[in-house]
Amino acid sequence: MALLEITNLTQRFGGLLAVNDLSVHLEGRELCALIGPSGAGKTTVFNLVSGFYQPSDGSIKIGGVDTRGMKPHQVTALGVARTFQNIRLWNDMTVLDNIKVSQHYRLGYSLMDSLMRTRRYIDREAAIDRTAMELLEFLGMRELANEFPPNLAYGTQRKVEIARALSIKPKLLLLDEPAAGLPSSDVVELIKLIEWIHKEFDLAIWMIEHQMTVVMSLCQWIKVIDFGATIAEGTPEDIRNNPVVIRAYLGDENI
Amino acid sequence: MLETIIQQGVNALQLGSYYSLIALGYCLVYGVLLLINFAHGDIFMVGAYIAFFCATAFLGHYGLIDAGMPGWIVLALTVPLTMLLTSGVGIFIERVAYRPLRLKGANRLYVVITALMMGIILQYGNLSMLGASRKAFPNLVPRVLFEIGGATVTSLKLASIVTCFLVFGLLQWIVTRTKIGMAMRAVSYDKFAVPLMGIPLDIVIVFTFFLGSSMAGLAGLLYAMNFPVLDPFMGALVGWKAFIAAVVGGIGDIRGAFIGGFLLAFLEVFVAATFSSELRDLISFTILLGILSWKPTGLFGKPRTTKI
Amino acid sequence: MSPRLTTPAALFALLLGLMALTQTGILGQYEQTILSTMGIYMILAASLNLVNGYMGEFSVGHAGFMAVGAYTSSVVGVYLFVPDPFFGQPLLPMDLAYLAFPLILAAGFVAAALVGLLVAIPSFKTRGDYLAVITLAAGYIVKSALENIDVVGGPRGFMGMKKVVMGMEEMISIPWMLIWIFIGVVFTVWILRRFVYSTYGKGVMAIHQDEVAAEIMSVNTNKMKLVAFMLSSGLAGLAGGLYAYLIGFVNPASFTILRSTECLVMVYLGGMGSLTGSILAAAIFTLMLEFLKPLEQLKWVAIPMLLIVLMQFRPEGLMGNRELSDIFPKLKRFYRFK
Repeated sequence: MALLEITNLTQRFGGLLAVNDLSVHLEGRELCALIGPSGAGKTTVFNLVSGFYQPSDGSIKIGGVDTRGMKPHQVTALGVARTFQNIRLWNDMTVLDNIKVSQHYRLGYSLMDSLMRTRRYIDREAAIDRTAMELLEFLGMRELANEFPPNLAYGTQRKVEIARALSIKPKLLLLDEPAAGLPSSDVVELIKLIEWIHKEFDLAIWMIEHQMTVVMSLCQWIKVIDFGATIAEGTPEDIRNNPVVIRAYLGDENI
Repeated sequence: MLETIIQQGVNALQLGSYYSLIALGYCLVYGVLLLINFAHGDIFMVGAYIAFFCATAFLGHYGLIDAGMPGWIVLALTVPLTMLLTSGVGIFIERVAYRPLRLKGANRLYVVITALMMGIILQYGNLSMLGASRKAFPNLVPRVLFEIGGATVTSLKLASIVTCFLVFGLLQWIVTRTKIGMAMRAVSYDKFAVPLMGIPLDIVIVFTFFLGSSMAGLAGLLYAMNFPVLDPFMGALVGWKAFIAAVVGGIGDIRGAFIGGFLLAFLEVFVAATFSSELRDLISFTILLGILSWKPTGLFGKPRTTKI
Repeated sequence: MSPRLTTPAALFALLLGLMALTQTGILGQYEQTILSTMGIYMILAASLNLVNGYMGEFSVGHAGFMAVGAYTSSVVGVYLFVPDPFFGQPLLPMDLAYLAFPLILAAGFVAAALVGLLVAIPSFKTRGDYLAVITLAAGYIVKSALENIDVVGGPRGFMGMKKVVMGMEEMISIPWMLIWIFIGVVFTVWILRRFVYSTYGKGVMAIHQDEVAAEIMSVNTNKMKLVAFMLSSGLAGLAGGLYAYLIGFVNPASFTILRSTECLVMVYLGGMGSLTGSILAAAIFTLMLEFLKPLEQLKWVAIPMLLIVLMQFRPEGLMGNRELSDIFPKLKRFYRFK
């Protein structure tokens, strides 16, 4: 059973056709990219997978489960986590809290438990705290636990956002332009980080990215879209020299 | 039966004209500043009082002017004076209370709270200064009765309705056909780009308050002429209702505010006629709540999308 | 003493101290009324802070929920213990009043929480200004509805609660209302603090700071909003119930937009998202209302003016979003209010 099965996905916003009959098949542990010129509809696809929009047509299945009608937090509970083009950390909460709150779908205690401070609450809170700290430790960010995101460097914030997504223990990690806004030294770090995450965690990574160094060095399979429809698909080698792709990005095949 | 319907219909149109005039003011300011000017209803009240003092002054009550001026002339003088002075109050509040916060880049919430407080200050300031006794607006113009389809309509009622439609027409023209109107619409789309394009943001905002407050003043005058008892809290309920009407219509679009005002008025008048007048507020608000729950950005509002 | 017991012990000592002061007459009727009012305002401010501060909404209808709680508690109490033209003879003897009182207050809490659904459900799809309108309308609807229910006196109001309080005092002559209000405040702070400090409760802050991220990071935003609104309005109902028995009389005119404004003033004065701030601000505000009494109507020019000045120069209020333990971290060693 495929991890992510998108079939004939179509999305209309009023008169605008944002996604046009897109189909994707992802198995576990793949590392793939979704690329295309600006406005091609890449983030829209991610938003559809996350459950933020309901598709006009077509279906999205995660681990065989059709996500139509599901709210985003329910999709997340299926094992899908994502980061955003513009970092969306909770700025008035500590890094540790950012990670702990992402555990909401499996807190394991109820409102009454939290008010009465039952045994279950105490145990579960301790477990959540422990898991969060372990994750931070694993990613080498233990000292940052009580920091607030705005005080951190942009690259570090990015890393925290990825950590937050990882805390969901996802089977599918969606990264929306993880290298956006990063200075080139940080991009090198990021490539290493993603490589490492892919090795250490049992998950598939699907990323949207404009920076070709990231895409070409990491991804096994690339899908190129423009105007919401697939225009090319293949290995980095295939894509690099594909005239259709070049034309879509640069307007002309002959550079 | 038909007469009652027409009668109530005219009443609703009249009530709607006040709500609309006030709602248009809310709408303009919200469109330009994304601010719910909670003090606006009380500016309506201030307008009514200004009209009162102007009219009584022209009638010679304070010894400034000799008594004996014909009612028509008093009215002709009071209208522009009221609108001007009321717009002055509105602009004053903008300069003193809202602008400093805007310049500081303060969170919109703080401005909203300031507006809410400003409204209360106007109410209680009035109460403290003028006391609790209500003022009676002088009768300026003899009432002429018309018969429409069996229902009697006073000239005053007609005047209110006609004025409201005229004002709306004028406003539509200003917003769509003049440069400053275009500037106002530009500001509502992107406040930051506007100064970069060489449009003086401050002037646009002052003009918006000028328009909105003078219309509230006009509404106050018309209201006072039709319901001649003034009290400091008259703006509160009418203001809130006009505001809710504007939001239901879809705040940000003057057509929405215009229709919202009449919609609310029709609801109120027919609920009061069908059920009881005590239930009027209750049922009107409940229906409004229902409409907002069904269409969260109002009937004509454009939903604001978040970019993810 | 172990840190765990410091807080309950201190509170108990405080309660005993208060009782001693009242019994010996040092705290007279006037002072007791002030303290009682202060307590009620503390509950109102803290409960509104959950929605306006932590969750970052703009609810301007808090008085409506207070009204629901006030009326519900009043009706239940009178129905059970006091002969009334409409409700008939009391069902229970007055000796049981003090036992039943928590239940009377609980009834107000539950009723108000249910009415909170009126606002909670629209909040799923609406935010910001539109939700403010809805809360405003809700407040008006409650007041208008109460004015139309003749059973509880309509616009004239409802009374009989004084008899319940007197009945309790006949049993044991202690300042019952002051005690109940004290317990109410402690309960409110206790519940809110536990909620807000748990990872569960932090979901509310996540919604405030970035709702989209919260939704996508597995927070069930609708459920959180429901819980927050119902908790907030329920506690307002608790305050309402206490208010009703303190004054002995309720009428719709006690629960207008002015009352809601008072709550707003306290929340922003104290600092959005600071429980300590709300408590402090409520105390200060109550005292301010007393000192400004000679000004009469001008009071209501002075107080809004204060808030305007606050918005200009210190919009984060007294405490911003910090708590007492953030300002005096050393205190943490001595107590653990968890």
